[in-house]
Amino acid sequence: MPKRKPNTDYRATPVRRRELLRTAAAAGVVAAGAGYASFAPEHWPLSLRDDSGLRSMPQPSVFRLQDFRVAPKAGAAAVGLGRTGDDMTRLRKAIDAAGGITHYIKPNDVVLIKPNVAFDRSPIIGATSNPEILEHLIQLILVDCRAAEVRVADNPIESPADCFEKSGIRLASERAGARIYLPDGNAFENLNTPGATLIESWPFFKRPFQGVDKVIGIAPVKDHNLCHASMSIKNWYGLLGGRRNQFHQDIHEIIADLSMMIKPTLSILDGTHVLMENGPTGGDPSNVKNAGVIMAGTDAVAMDAWAYEHLLERSGLPEYLARAQSRGSGDVNYKDRIREIV
Amino acid sequence: MNVIVQPPQPKTPPPPRPTGLNRLLRLTTVRVLSQIVFMALFIFFCWASWTSRIEGFPVSMMLEIDPLVTLATVLATGYVYKFLGWALVIVIITIIFGRVFCNWACPFGTLHQFTGWLFNVKTNSTRIRSNRYEGAQYLKYGILIVFLVMSSMGALQIGLLDPIVIMYRAVTTVIAPATDMAIGEATRALEGAGVEATFLDVLKFAPGVERRVFVGSFWVGSLFMLFVSLNLWKPRFFCRFLCPLGAMLGSIARFSLFRINRDVNKCTDCNLCLMRCEGAADPQSQVRTAECFSCMNCIDDCPEDALSFSLLKLDRAQAKLAPDVSRRRLVFSALAGVFAFPMLRNNGLATDENFSPAMIRPPGSVAEEEFLERCIKCDQCINACPTNVLQPATLEEGGIEALWTPVMNFRISHCQLKCTLCSEVCPTGAIREISAEEKLGVGEHQEQGPVVLGTAFIDTTRCLPWANKIPCVVCEEVCPVAPKAIQTYDEEAKDVFGNTVVLNKPFIVPELCIGCGICEAECPVLDQRAVYVTAVGESRSKDRSLLLQKRKSESA
Repeated sequence: MPKRKPNTDYRATPVRRRELLRTAAAAGVVAAGAGYASFAPEHWPLSLRDDSGLRSMPQPSVFRLQDFRVAPKAGAAAVGLGRTGDDMTRLRKAIDAAGGITHYIKPNDVVLIKPNVAFDRSPIIGATSNPEILEHLIQLILVDCRAAEVRVADNPIESPADCFEKSGIRLASERAGARIYLPDGNAFENLNTPGATLIESWPFFKRPFQGVDKVIGIAPVKDHNLCHASMSIKNWYGLLGGRRNQFHQDIHEIIADLSMMIKPTLSILDGTHVLMENGPTGGDPSNVKNAGVIMAGTDAVAMDAWAYEHLLERSGLPEYLARAQSRGSGDVNYKDRIREIV
Repeated sequence: MNVIVQPPQPKTPPPPRPTGLNRLLRLTTVRVLSQIVFMALFIFFCWASWTSRIEGFPVSMMLEIDPLVTLATVLATGYVYKFLGWALVIVIITIIFGRVFCNWACPFGTLHQFTGWLFNVKTNSTRIRSNRYEGAQYLKYGILIVFLVMSSMGALQIGLLDPIVIMYRAVTTVIAPATDMAIGEATRALEGAGVEATFLDVLKFAPGVERRVFVGSFWVGSLFMLFVSLNLWKPRFFCRFLCPLGAMLGSIARFSLFRINRDVNKCTDCNLCLMRCEGAADPQSQVRTAECFSCMNCIDDCPEDALSFSLLKLDRAQAKLAPDVSRRRLVFSALAGVFAFPMLRNNGLATDENFSPAMIRPPGSVAEEEFLERCIKCDQCINACPTNVLQPATLEEGGIEALWTPVMNFRISHCQLKCTLCSEVCPTGAIREISAEEKLGVGEHQEQGPVVLGTAFIDTTRCLPWANKIPCVVCEEVCPVAPKAIQTYDEEAKDVFGNTVVLNKPFIVPELCIGCGICEAECPVLDQRAVYVTAVGESRSKDRSLLLQKRKSESA
């Protein structure tokens, strides 16, 4: 085998000492940094060490909700009723009896309205809030009170966009100049409600609450298969997310918790489309009665008690009202605290 | 001996390269604009398929003008559904201009070209080599024949490879949820920093929902990604070798009036026309009209102006019009199609005895056998579904034949009572267009009753009131029909801790149940629901019904 001749023309490119040292130094720094992050005790700065495995667990951020109530106006009733005139007149009468809208909403307030938009149903089914009265309410707040912004939000059971559409709430809200918030993946954060037994910490529809000054609930009066009636307190169910389908295992306690969870500025109950049976979903317009009343007030417990007896025409209040009263959320005894402007 | 020396031909100097505005005003510029417009239109239609936007938009138009969809469904069903006749527009355009659809309109083609342009940069000689015609390009004609023969027997599988269908399916199950996820993260980051970011919601494909999931999206996405990745190996691999729509348009293009024409007297055989030839259509010799996408790149690249796109003064000798595929291969493909049909159909899951309980079709669907003649697996219904209940079928529900066709998954969500969007967007009538009145069985549809998707059942071994004496009945609460199809036996009982509890033990009234699945969707026994809907009793097929007749009160 012939010996290969060396190629005398070839010039190798030697790796320089400086380059070698630089590479070695960089590798040393990276190794030292990784070593520190992996082996330094947990409490040292920049240490990534996690001995128990719990350091890497997510810490759910928890927030609390402010109290949205305002001091009651002297001489105003806890619950106001409006029975005569068109919807707008009745709504005005009810709110006036309870102190008047301008007492509750001040100029430049950001107001959140929570209607019941739980299902993908027409307004005549009575399963959702009446869009016409919602529209009147938004107009009152924007025109009479000169509020800065009105938001409308709910976390429905069915597809949010469709529920807002078919219930007429989207059209009514946008026509009156309000803005709609739908629940998406970023909308929820854990709410801490001190004293609540079952939902002390629960995912809450927080996004529409950023920068809100006042909160108003507007709910229909509905039969309910399990808790007998869904009225103004039960309406706040729609601000929760998470595993709501567990609530039925102790529904009365949940509703009592809801009465503590949020302290709204004002509650409005709409007795123009009362779902008398087959609730809370309804489905047959013949289940719906027009009781011709609109209620407004600051004591949701009293409102619900009155509506249960006079609108749903039933006796023996649901248990959750007694529990809500014992939590200090109101008083089922509505006598002498209710006023009707005729 | 006399040697005859030809006098040298006077060679005209090559025309100067266009500059400035002239360079901009080329056919290729118009072609790129057209591609951008059609891509934007396609994405817009996908975006507009959401329930709050869909009103009035022809969101399935791209599928309805797809001639392969029309031809295959006509072969399968004998009829032209709704807007499918508009595919004639593309056929006529192809007869006039050749296979322009592939490089001027097809969004999948645009994606392939874009991918190659951006990621497959090569030296000039490699580019010229990679754009030479290859014999294997006949493969797509074979695929087309297999699919068409299968369609004519009643198994519509063109959706597996139709480019428009692939695009719709990929956007629905992969790209749309990924986009929404990214926008959600951006919103979260902005709002975490105190910037109100509700303005970003409009960009989402599905605004105002927590999350949409699509079963098997990984496989849809992988196939899509594979086709896109193949551009790095061979440019326009899918379009040249696989696309059945391209094969169909190529077969029509042989009759086209316009085509690329080579002036042999000007041509210097420099092969520069192959630099960017999208179709690998041999513009440097006899152009293969069936392969040519009419991308016009060769006209741009020809330094001698030897190439033109014209219908006048065509040189018949400089074109191979017909697809390069032998008759025997076509016959073989046809036989393969004939063979494939019983293979699919006798798989056993399309019968009325062995059908999967999970084979629950969306409202308005025709009976299963007819459904399989119509569904192209475009997943437009799944894209339009506002509750996310509609999912691409896996192999579980209907085997390979029903892969990626729409089924209802009530563990994810439920079918909304008054929603008929899936039936409105279906391009082929697998889901026949129905009104909310027809779905609910009211008004003039009173007689036939509501559309029933399946029937709910209670698993009393897992239901909290039945099995554990714990109050619940979410299912009764959410049941949307009046009177409710879930009713209860009410009883007072003592639980294991000695407490008295009132139990409402649910039971189903099958005469009233419409199979909407909201009971299953809301059942708190999450992993294996205590109330669940199966396909039996669905109104689209008498052979899959449950009850002989509906019970009535005898006193009434």
